[in-house]
Amino acid sequence: MAPSGPRSGLYDPRFEHDACGVALVADLEGRATHTLVRQALSALEHLAHRGATGSEEDSGDGAGILIQVPHDFYAAVVDFDLPPRGHYATGVAFLSRDADEAGLARSALGKLAGEEGLVVLGWRDMPIGDASLGSISEAAMPSMHQLFVAPAPGTPLAGDDPALAIDRLAFVLRKRAEHEIDECYFPSLSARTITYKGMLTSHQLAEFFPDLTDDRVISGLALVHSRFSTNTFPSWPLAHPYRYLAHNGEINTLAGNRNWMRAREALCESELIPGLDRAFPIVTPGGSDSASFDEVLELLHLGGRPLHHAVLMMIPEAWENHRTMDPARRAFYRFHASLMEPWDGPAAVAFTDGTVIGAVLDRNGLRPARYWVTDDGLVVLASEVGVIDVPPDKVVRKGRLQPGRMFLVDTAAGRIVDDDEIKEALAAEHPYAEWLDAGQTDLEDLPPRYMLTPQHASVVSHQRLFGYTNEELRLLIGPMAQSGTEPIGSMGTDTAIAVLSERPRLLYDYFTQLFAQVTNPPLDAIREELVTSLLSTLGPEANLLDPTADSCRQIVLPMPVIDNDDLAKLLYVNEDGSTPGFRAFAIDGLFEVEGGGAALRAAIEDVRARVGSAIADGADVIVLSDRNSTEEWAPIPSLLLVSAVHHHLVREKTRTRVGLVVESGDAREVHHMALLKGFGAAAINPYLAFETIDDMIASGTLTGVTPRQAQRNYIKAASKGIIKVMSKMGISTVASYTGAQAFEAVGLAPEVIDEYFAGTVSRIAGVGLDVLAGEVAARHRRAYLDRPAELAHREREIGGEYQWRREGEIHLFNPKTVFKLQHATRSKRYDIFKEYTTAVDDQSAQLATLRGLMQLRVGALPAVPIEEVEPASAILARFSTGAMSFGSISAEAHETLAIAMNRLGGRSNTGEGGEDPDRFTPDANGDLRRSAIKQVASGRFGVTSEYLVNADDLQIKIAQGAKPGEGGQLPGFKVTAGIAKTRYSTPGVGLISPPPHHDIYSIEDIAQLIHDLKSANPAARVHVKLVAEVGVGTVAAGVAKAHSDVVLISGHDGGTGATPLTSQKHAGIPWELGLAETQQTLLANDLRDRIVVQVDGQMKTGRDVVVGALLGAEEFGFATAPLVVSGCIMMRVCHLDTCPVGIATQDETLRARFSGKPEFVETFFEYIAEEVREILAALGLRSLEEAIGRADLIDSADAVDHWKAKGLDLAPILVQPELPEGAARYCINAQDHGLDRALDHAFLERCRPAIEYGTPVEVELAITNVDRTVGTLLGYEITRRHGGVGLPDGTIDLTFHGSAGQSFGAFVPKGVTMRLLGDTNDYLGKGLSGGRIIVRPPLDSTFAAEENIVAGNVILYGATAGEVFLRGQVGERFCVRNSGAVAVVEGVGDHGCEYMTGGRVVVLGPTGRNFAAGMSGGMAFVYDPYGRLAGVYNREYVDLEPLSSENRVWLKDRIAMHLEATGSAVAARLLADWISASEQFVTVMPQDYRRVLEATELAVAEGRSVEEAVMEASHG
Amino acid sequence: MGDIKGFLKYGRDLPPRRPVPVRLRDWKEVYEPFPVEAARQQGARCMDCGIPFCHEGCPLGNLIPEWNDLVYRDDWSEAVERLHATNNFPEFTGRLCPAPCEGSCVLGINDDPVTIERIEYEIIERAWAEGWVEPVPASVPTGKRVAVVGSGPAGLAAAQQLARAGHQVVVLERAEKPGGLLRYGIPEFKMEKAVIDRRLDQLTAEGVEFRCGVSVGEPDVLVRGAPAPGATVVNARALAGEFDSVLLAGGATLPRDLAVPGRELAGIHLAMDYLKPSNLVREGLLDRSPVSAEGKHVVIIGGGDTGADCLGTVHRQRALSVRQLEIMPEPPTDRAGDNPWPTWPLILRTSAALEEGGERIFSVTTAEFLGDGEGRVRALRGEEVEVVHGDGGRPEFRPVAGSEFELPCELVLLAMGFLGTERGGAVAELGLEVDDRGNVAADQSWSTNVDGVFVCGDMTRGQSLIVWAIAEGRSAAASVDRYLMGRTALAAPITPGQLALR
Repeated sequence: MAPSGPRSGLYDPRFEHDACGVALVADLEGRATHTLVRQALSALEHLAHRGATGSEEDSGDGAGILIQVPHDFYAAVVDFDLPPRGHYATGVAFLSRDADEAGLARSALGKLAGEEGLVVLGWRDMPIGDASLGSISEAAMPSMHQLFVAPAPGTPLAGDDPALAIDRLAFVLRKRAEHEIDECYFPSLSARTITYKGMLTSHQLAEFFPDLTDDRVISGLALVHSRFSTNTFPSWPLAHPYRYLAHNGEINTLAGNRNWMRAREALCESELIPGLDRAFPIVTPGGSDSASFDEVLELLHLGGRPLHHAVLMMIPEAWENHRTMDPARRAFYRFHASLMEPWDGPAAVAFTDGTVIGAVLDRNGLRPARYWVTDDGLVVLASEVGVIDVPPDKVVRKGRLQPGRMFLVDTAAGRIVDDDEIKEALAAEHPYAEWLDAGQTDLEDLPPRYMLTPQHASVVSHQRLFGYTNEELRLLIGPMAQSGTEPIGSMGTDTAIAVLSERPRLLYDYFTQLFAQVTNPPLDAIREELVTSLLSTLGPEANLLDPTADSCRQIVLPMPVIDNDDLAKLLYVNEDGSTPGFRAFAIDGLFEVEGGGAALRAAIEDVRARVGSAIADGADVIVLSDRNSTEEWAPIPSLLLVSAVHHHLVREKTRTRVGLVVESGDAREVHHMALLKGFGAAAINPYLAFETIDDMIASGTLTGVTPRQAQRNYIKAASKGIIKVMSKMGISTVASYTGAQAFEAVGLAPEVIDEYFAGTVSRIAGVGLDVLAGEVAARHRRAYLDRPAELAHREREIGGEYQWRREGEIHLFNPKTVFKLQHATRSKRYDIFKEYTTAVDDQSAQLATLRGLMQLRVGALPAVPIEEVEPASAILARFSTGAMSFGSISAEAHETLAIAMNRLGGRSNTGEGGEDPDRFTPDANGDLRRSAIKQVASGRFGVTSEYLVNADDLQIKIAQGAKPGEGGQLPGFKVTAGIAKTRYSTPGVGLISPPPHHDIYSIEDIAQLIHDLKSANPAARVHVKLVAEVGVGTVAAGVAKAHSDVVLISGHDGGTGATPLTSQKHAGIPWELGLAETQQTLLANDLRDRIVVQVDGQMKTGRDVVVGALLGAEEFGFATAPLVVSGCIMMRVCHLDTCPVGIATQDETLRARFSGKPEFVETFFEYIAEEVREILAALGLRSLEEAIGRADLIDSADAVDHWKAKGLDLAPILVQPELPEGAARYCINAQDHGLDRALDHAFLERCRPAIEYGTPVEVELAITNVDRTVGTLLGYEITRRHGGVGLPDGTIDLTFHGSAGQSFGAFVPKGVTMRLLGDTNDYLGKGLSGGRIIVRPPLDSTFAAEENIVAGNVILYGATAGEVFLRGQVGERFCVRNSGAVAVVEGVGDHGCEYMTGGRVVVLGPTGRNFAAGMSGGMAFVYDPYGRLAGVYNREYVDLEPLSSENRVWLKDRIAMHLEATGSAVAARLLADWISASEQFVTVMPQDYRRVLEATELAVAEGRSVEEAVMEASHG
Repeated sequence: MGDIKGFLKYGRDLPPRRPVPVRLRDWKEVYEPFPVEAARQQGARCMDCGIPFCHEGCPLGNLIPEWNDLVYRDDWSEAVERLHATNNFPEFTGRLCPAPCEGSCVLGINDDPVTIERIEYEIIERAWAEGWVEPVPASVPTGKRVAVVGSGPAGLAAAQQLARAGHQVVVLERAEKPGGLLRYGIPEFKMEKAVIDRRLDQLTAEGVEFRCGVSVGEPDVLVRGAPAPGATVVNARALAGEFDSVLLAGGATLPRDLAVPGRELAGIHLAMDYLKPSNLVREGLLDRSPVSAEGKHVVIIGGGDTGADCLGTVHRQRALSVRQLEIMPEPPTDRAGDNPWPTWPLILRTSAALEEGGERIFSVTTAEFLGDGEGRVRALRGEEVEVVHGDGGRPEFRPVAGSEFELPCELVLLAMGFLGTERGGAVAELGLEVDDRGNVAADQSWSTNVDGVFVCGDMTRGQSLIVWAIAEGRSAAASVDRYLMGRTALAAPITPGQLALR
């Protein structure tokens, strides 16, 4: 059964993402009751806000429940006899609504059952109540038939558990039914459990399935799930739970995992599952990530492993860099890593087999999971605390699931099994360590072999063959070899994408890296290195279902990039009989260059055949090489070679029998390495890069480094680069990245994709093998010149990709266009401006951009006189400038843009650096320097209540075009006093913006942040800024459902920020694609009318604007062009603080050189608007509104006749979904943010006297977890009246009882105290702006508060001021990016104080791993009586110091305040024996901060300027 | 980039020019040597721009940031490779080019531009001194024969490129020796002739054959001093028949004359008729010039580069006085609003020759020459002019009433530019199309209207800079190579008619 809607245009259902709330409820003793079912359903309703609805309120994205089979109930309601409990399997079949077809399916099922040794006991028509169903759900609803089957007499049942044995039979039946019968889907078919689910809202589930409200339906455990899908395409099967699990999160490595599973099937056998091969394929094509995960989990479980064992194989904890892990456990993981790669991604998986029920969290801990246990044996675990009403005095334990940990309830044993106990037991099952010792060999332990050093001339000829340029040597390879890091650039990319380039490009250039946005988070591979791993294994795999010592007979590779010596070790691994059992085969990947595409195709087939016979001959390692080219034989592009072989072997199901190594001449950039890994290579030997490095050293071009060190540096840079590319997509381990295909192709023909890159998204067709062969041939010719002296003094091509060169790639900004643009706007010459736009548009048409290929259909409508076109002012209101922070650019440049946009009625953008409140009021001359758009980025710098209140638009930056999926860094030397002030940080101390927003790991999280921001300023529109990539439309639909007012689609090419060159060039796609996909998806989902669509990315001319409008945008952003108008000459050194025109610099001397004026910027926008008017008139349109979404006015039929671009098919971009009459193509409705339902309204009126007159007010009321963002609307009212100053402390005193929802106290300003007696969820005190928050257990709680969890993850994210006292422990990432709040807490999870830049944190209990990662400011005081902190903190940024006497006094005061506020028992104990207790505190001191403090002290002592001294110190 | 803050640390610096009294006593080049460290510091001033406007400002597309950086890194051998990648004759441009690159240097927006030209000079002179400039003979002869007509910078560049492409190249030159204006227009104090000779040796070693004293077609009467005495005349059509291809690089030799009363008086000479004999004397091919400024009051009409060349020569011939007249007004010292960066800055420059003496007079025109009664010029009568913009926006010069003046002079040199190619001779013989600016017309592949006959340099562009000439020669060579072989790997920096940004 197709899981989702149809493909159309750029939309494809496989881009769909989902996320959710999940809960499990269990009775420790396994006592089955109906009460428990009801409690589970009630938990589901408390998670409703984590699910979503589509355009209709009553069509949910999905809800479901999994319970034990209620045998007595079924026995009572069916009209046939049932065997005893556990001796039959049952499940609901989703069949066609057509009765005849359903009947046919039923009889087909009967037949299949017979073939699998089962008999159909009978059918039950599942009663349903569909009265409240929305029309969308209703239309897609299947008919529901409950099937009962039992083993046929005589069918043998394997093992000693009949229910499990029946499940194995039912498994094969179910798989076959799904493969062989049209429209047949079973949510479950089991003797143990049953799933009720559908495309329902949380509230509809029980009503839809009347069974669930029947008292006779009882269970001892239950899983529930509420789904939030990015789309609303109707699909019943995609609801959770699946057969064994409910999942909150996303599997990022899915494509690879699926391919590997498919390849493994050939080796999968189990005595336990007779006829397993009939169940193949295990993974259903087109299923969701959760569905695939469930299917593999099911196989591993039914194949003989306990369910929790299978779960740990698929989601192992981060063992690779865990130095203190028990060796046996480590061996367990290491052994299993040789069986299977991790399924990587943010995940909270709740699972059950009907007896054990539990949950596991991914290695990063990116999903919340909280549990509590009552004194009468009820266990509840859910995405949020407070989902079931339990009297506080009955709770005996409140905990949370930690990263990589498992929570397991064994209802048979009647107890909770501890994570350590589970893992110890599993690790002890087999002598894994011995097996590994015998089987695995480390690469470095292989005997050494050597290769020859090539001569300069041959290096040059190879460089020509593979298209190396001087620029690459200078900007990429040299720096990588010199410093071991990837080089940085700025100002985005404005060159042609590969398929539009006139020049022969490498195949790599046709692929762009995917990155995580919204539906899952990117990772910080630097600060959170402990969860990443470069380790992978090379060699054959064995039977997944029968692990033995032999299963790990593999070579361990510490790094994916290997040098020539390591390659030689592999190639000649058993040359002298030293490593028997390994056989390596080298296979040349060359084609006859004269033969073009046909020869290339034939050569690939030949390689595939040779690999096949090598495997048949016992190869364990295949080395694919392009080294041996000749005058006649040219290299097959390495990527094509690897992927073609990989996919061939997957299809042949022989892939897991060999490891693929590639000896590649063309691979040199990080992007290349990442692609080779992503399409299946285990190891890469970029030999020519190494030869180039040696040659550069020999010729004196590269100095100060030995060849050996240089090669090591290069390997390090390349390998770390791969990690960085992976982490953009949220993937942590190289092992699971291998073959994960986390790329999109732009400009490759279906013949190439389908055959060699199957499963990769490629939407506008493009070049085929002929062109690819032609590109190789062009380079080949240069290497084998008939008249070499023609290229005298020109060993390599010059390049020009990163810096403009005449002989290089076309750049849209080049000397001519920069000059004309500056000249036109400075001298106010519209005629010269037209020369500029003509030059840009012409270049664009010369194939620099996709929009250049599109012709406007002038004449399709009668032209209108220009006077009838709306005035420029109406158009100007749709313009904004891009997000560039004060910090990245100078105050002069920043304010110039703001003044200009305010004069024009457009909008400028703060960027992520905060804004000086001085700019919130107009200057004497009437100019306003305030930016209308306030950005909220992952760093949350200066995001205070006041900042948010002073905005027209609030923009959540999920990604930026220059480097989607990455964070940023402002080096200390750029953090001047002014910048430190607006960012609430310390001058001279560097600042980090994390790659993810730590409050957006998933789609339902962004709904929460949107809600928070809307509450912080109800008058502002909330934006979500996305970067174009495949599936961005689907994300945009999700964002629309999350109630964003505006969605911004950025092109890959825009972006002014500093970025690794790999990201600048190879991440994201042109906005034309992203925008069109967004428009199509929003329209198809009936969501376009409620959200404004903005576009930006290298917008330069009026034509660009009109094309944007026709493709669906109603607002337009410009960044680079206004900067150029302000004087930018594309120096591309923004990251170096040396901008010679005073824009991207904080250096006083250089800032004095700034020559921009608001008038120039005004002129620019006025001219653009004028040009838009001219084009509209020609098109026969009277306003931009009329143009929005009119893709029919674009003609791509005559796309230029060009050797590469002619294969492109732009039609999908121009598809317009069929719309009902009068349907809006742009935003006409406001989102319903639901602020009127906020709890704040319950006390706002009572607080009015305090807000207006400062009269103290006290309020006390109850709260539940559905009350989210409490206090924020109140904060808005206060800040609106009192600005950043707020009210006197404690003017408003609020006391709450219960479990508070997420974002309790977000952005609350000074003057408000919020006291919570109970507990709370994630994001407590987000952006706290001076308020005071106290959380403590209820007075009648009996447990020891300090041992239990009182609040969730990501507390005080981006707080700038205020105080927090938490009596109890909290989750991960406490005080992440705090820059001013003071907090006391009694224990924190992993990554505490991450990226903190200010404020103080007191931890009175345990801390998790990676404490203080990226912490550059503020201080933490940790009570550490057992000296454990030293083993778990991150040493990179901070030192541990003893407590100073000054701090000792402060700390004592603070703990006394904690005692007073919360009644903390810990505080009382510490104070009782303060002298000795205080000895046991450790001060966590950031090194940067310490240096600044010392510089300050010294300067004061010497009477020098403190600021100068600090900045000097920061330059180091 | 080695030193990202070099431009903030170091100011623009050039080697000093030799003291005027000293240099007036010889004809040697005027600059003192530049210490290596100084050159490296100047290299460090380069900002390695994302868009190197200098690289665009240079018609050759010189890889300026690359070699600036290499100089900073002290990697001179690599630097000369980068230099030769785009420029056959950096020692010529390093001395003679007015350096539009520096006019478009990004640092020049708000600071003094990088001393690009001097760095170029230092690189190539180091390369010559180290023996790094070696012949690059073609490995495979193609068997094709190409005649290059004219041996100025365009012809020489084309000849070298074509020889390296494996063709047999014959350069025909009507003067005594190859070099064109390089040899006979440019005085020694700007470029010593040995600089040309060593480069010609390289070309010869690469297989280029020079035939001097051969005029392709009859020279125009106005340039009767150009061919060597007794030069043979070859019919252009015959030449085209003899070679597989002909590339014309004969320059824009037709001088602009001054049709005012008294022009016929003795002592009034076209600049080339003055400069060439002076250079012949320096070369030892002539004992003394028939036209010398020694002991005379001199007026030079025309304020351009040729005027400056005359000026320096006049100084060295020990004139009594010298004045240089220019019809245009005195340019500003900084860019005017309508002359924005990175276009060529129209500002007041002081050439080395002006530093040595003489007076510049702007906004004047010559009304007539007055004779001494014996047929020799005695004085010049001029008047001031003002610029008015006529209907088409073109500037016109209107005399200022009552501003007449008289300048005594015994020698007048007319350095008023050139009017394109000679219309007779080869142009007529081959029946070449000439455009309305007086240049031989070329299509986008540098081909004339006659198959196999190509044209480059000033002959198609009109009078221009040496750097354009080399660029044209290189580009045309690529076209000729493609014409002969069907494809080419030769670089082609420009297309015909391409202009600088403006």
